[in-house]
Amino acid sequence: MPERNDIERFFDPKIVAFFCNWCTYTAADLAGTARMTYAPNVRVIRIMCSGRLDPQFVLSAFREGADGILIGGCHPGDCHYQEGNYQALRRFILLKRLIHAFGIEKERIRLEWIAASEGDKVQRVINEMTETVRRLGPLDLEPITKKVIDYMSVTHHEMVSISHRGSS
Amino acid sequence: MSTVGTGSNDKCKIGVYVCHCGINISSKVDVSKTVRFAAKLPHVTVSREYKFMCADPGQDLIQQDIRDGRINRAVVASCSPLMHEPTFRNTMAEAGGNPFLFQMANIREHVSWVTLDNTAATEKAMSLISAAVERVVFHQPLMPNRVPVHPDVLVVGGGIAGIHAALTLADAGQKVYLVEREPSIGGHMAKFDKTFPTLDCSACILTPKMSAVRAHSNITLWSYSEVIGVDGFVGNFKVRVRRKPRYIIEERCVGCLDCIEACIYKSGKVPDEFNEGLVKRKPVYIPFPQATPLVAVIDAKTCIGIRTGKCKMTCIDACERDAIDLNQSEEINEIEVGAIILATGFKTFNAKRIYRYGYGKYSNIYTSLELERMVNAAGPTGGEITLKNGQKPKAVGIVHCVGSRDNKTNKYCSKVCCMYSLKLAHLIKERTGAEVYNFYIDMRTPGKGYEEFYDRLLEENVHFIRGRVAEITDWVMTPEEEGKLVIRAEDTLVGVVRRVPVDMVVLSVGLEPQPDAEDVGRLFNISCTREGWFLERHPKLAPVSTFTDGIFLAGACQGPKDIPDSVAQAGAAAAEALALIDRGYVVLEPNTAYVQDELCSGCKTCIDLCPYGAISFDDEKDTAKVNGALCKGCGTCVASCPSGSLQQYLFTDDQIFSEIKGVILYA
Ligand SMILES: Cc1cc2nc3c(=O)[nH]c(=O)nc-3n(C[C@H](O)[C@H](O)[C@H](O)COP(=O)(O)OP(=O)(O)OC[C@H]3O[C@@H](n4cnc5c(N)ncnc54)[C@H](O)[C@@H]3O)c2cc1C
Ligand code: SF4
Ligand code: SF4
Ligand code: FES
Repeated sequence: MPERNDIERFFDPKIVAFFCNWCTYTAADLAGTARMTYAPNVRVIRIMCSGRLDPQFVLSAFREGADGILIGGCHPGDCHYQEGNYQALRRFILLKRLIHAFGIEKERIRLEWIAASEGDKVQRVINEMTETVRRLGPLDLEPITKKVIDYMSVTHHEMVSISHRGSS
Repeated sequence: MSTVGTGSNDKCKIGVYVCHCGINISSKVDVSKTVRFAAKLPHVTVSREYKFMCADPGQDLIQQDIRDGRINRAVVASCSPLMHEPTFRNTMAEAGGNPFLFQMANIREHVSWVTLDNTAATEKAMSLISAAVERVVFHQPLMPNRVPVHPDVLVVGGGIAGIHAALTLADAGQKVYLVEREPSIGGHMAKFDKTFPTLDCSACILTPKMSAVRAHSNITLWSYSEVIGVDGFVGNFKVRVRRKPRYIIEERCVGCLDCIEACIYKSGKVPDEFNEGLVKRKPVYIPFPQATPLVAVIDAKTCIGIRTGKCKMTCIDACERDAIDLNQSEEINEIEVGAIILATGFKTFNAKRIYRYGYGKYSNIYTSLELERMVNAAGPTGGEITLKNGQKPKAVGIVHCVGSRDNKTNKYCSKVCCMYSLKLAHLIKERTGAEVYNFYIDMRTPGKGYEEFYDRLLEENVHFIRGRVAEITDWVMTPEEEGKLVIRAEDTLVGVVRRVPVDMVVLSVGLEPQPDAEDVGRLFNISCTREGWFLERHPKLAPVSTFTDGIFLAGACQGPKDIPDSVAQAGAAAAEALALIDRGYVVLEPNTAYVQDELCSGCKTCIDLCPYGAISFDDEKDTAKVNGALCKGCGTCVASCPSGSLQQYLFTDDQIFSEIKGVILYA
């Protein structure tokens, strides 16, 4: 067995999380209120429902330099909007295949159902995710992959200008 | 307080305000460092810190900067937006700014409270602040959406909590629908003889309230009914209620009992639910003498007339008022209400789950609720406490914490069992003169007059043994134990294992959520705790609100509670509902989806995705179209639109992309 190398020991991964407002974000607040400490590597972005998660958010986060992505939503059947989390699940499965094709390890994205009362689960999942990504090391995207992602994540601003150009 | 300004003259002028939250944030996060950091971010014109941003002087800082033209957008880095976003949006609006040109960075719940290392906490705070700054650049000025509130209220569950809430609202002049799924309202309280700690008669204080519900012109009481559908949102709920057929025409029945007398069954046939199965009832019955409404009900599962049609149907002939209709079918009523109060109560722990206590195996072992019926003068034994052989018990054991404070069943304390065990101990002693042994882990009697009640019991020579009961058995070791039930427990005060022979055992079963609590939660779109209690919005500051605006909680459905607490909470829930109705309108979060026509390709992907049918297709323009009144703002359609045409206010792609960028760039 090789020694745990320096990168693994000192590498502090950057992880972006997308948490739905009603369950997982609330659970993360609860973890705070209950002073459950966990790894500082995860930055949470609040969306109303995990169904809002556009696969492009994930790709763009990788492109910007995230080493891992965590997605949190309500348990199946508990989505505040009935079925947004099922959409999130479908997109997640697709995303896994997509990032695999880009040469990104599947473990760099994780989807978890975390209910509003499960502050301890937020703590556990964030710690586990941080460890997993730490072990995988920094994400080093091929220049060509970056290009492809750039091409895919044309934001709607650019779209507007394209469409205006097209119509004029 | 320090101020750093960059003096940028850009159109977008952002003020960043970092809160110390006393020392809640500043003890972990180097606030001054974050302020200096923020000052250098693009478009930031003002960067300040303050001890309590949510306090008036904190808010004044923002308002002054707006009024002086220094800023037109703001970022507050403090607690969770779920806590104070409304506060600061209001701050913006009051100073003439647009409330939505604002973003919060959650550096308390998500940073200072959960991070061990100070340097890491400061870095995380900076990255969240930079994300908020990047994001707020893309914010659009929006108008909050005002919609009128329907003045009627729905109360679900007619226990003491639901009854009290309904009466409070009705007395205030509001129209209330009270939906109860059993044939009568009253809940658990209707089953008790006396209530702790005052020992006043339960029926004497409950019956007048039940009658008031029946008589109140503002209350529509639908018993034997259930809510089956809830649509809409705060102020404008559309609710569907199923009224189960009771095979009795409610308006005609006067509760004379003639039909019950006339039923072809001369005696009871089915376990009587109200009496905890201690006796049997007929297929046609009235649950208890004070039932409200006082209307008979026929149980379709056991009535031969309904099941086979082959019955003499003597009940029909006996009813002088022609109130019996064996062909009745269910009725679905649709109502509109502005607010909903859930008061669905609890169920008791199933004592059979603790096999060692022998419930269901040995006779003369009762649950506390069964004993409540037995000591009740209107109960199956007329208030007599007797053994199966008809004799009075000479020794009775009461086992506390059955299904409470136990890792194998429920971890939590059920809060009322110590007190009701004391009450039952007193009543048993009074009625039988028996020796009473209470086995407890800890005596929990906080409450007005509660500890005094415990003292009184000590003086009444009730025995108290501190220790969890290991087992209840009929396996005897000495001649004195012959024919008795033996309670084995370690007396932890003395440090010996005791075997106490008794004639009767009462198991003080804990309180559990209703078995269908999760389903009911789902129906009303509210969350449950892990155990299944309904989750309040904030355990201290919003104890009767839920995360779904307009839906409030009362009574034991939110957690174990005694009657005084249930009533207090019901009053609070009624007041919250009244406050909502009295204001007359609600402000909806303007986070709906919208289509940018020029980008829509007309693919129709989004249309079927919307769970609320808010998206339709405009055939003329060949584009999709969102109905803002139906959209609830989940954003699912937005994420699915292949052309980037659909966007969601407050969560546009640009806003989220910039947040991602900000969070990583400065991490
Ligand atoms: C053995 C025992 C003795 C007790 N003694 C005392 C005492 O002496 N003093 C005291 O202060 N407290 C006592 N308590 C506690 C007391 O029972 C509760 O505080 C009180 O009953 C809570 O009232 P509630 O209205 O919240 O719930 P409940 O009494 O449980 O009433 C809930 C009602 O909602 C109805 N319901 C449930 N689900 C639905 C649905 N989906 N749709 C429509 N209706 C629904 C139920 O049928 C029921 O009528 C005792 C408890 C037990 C178990
Ligand atoms: S998914 Fe997008 S492009 Fe397709 S119809 Fe809906 S708004 Fe138009
Ligand atoms: S945001 Fe959600 S509720 Fe609104 S139109 Fe889209 S799918 Fe429907
Ligand atoms: S609201 Fe949490 S997943 Fe939809």
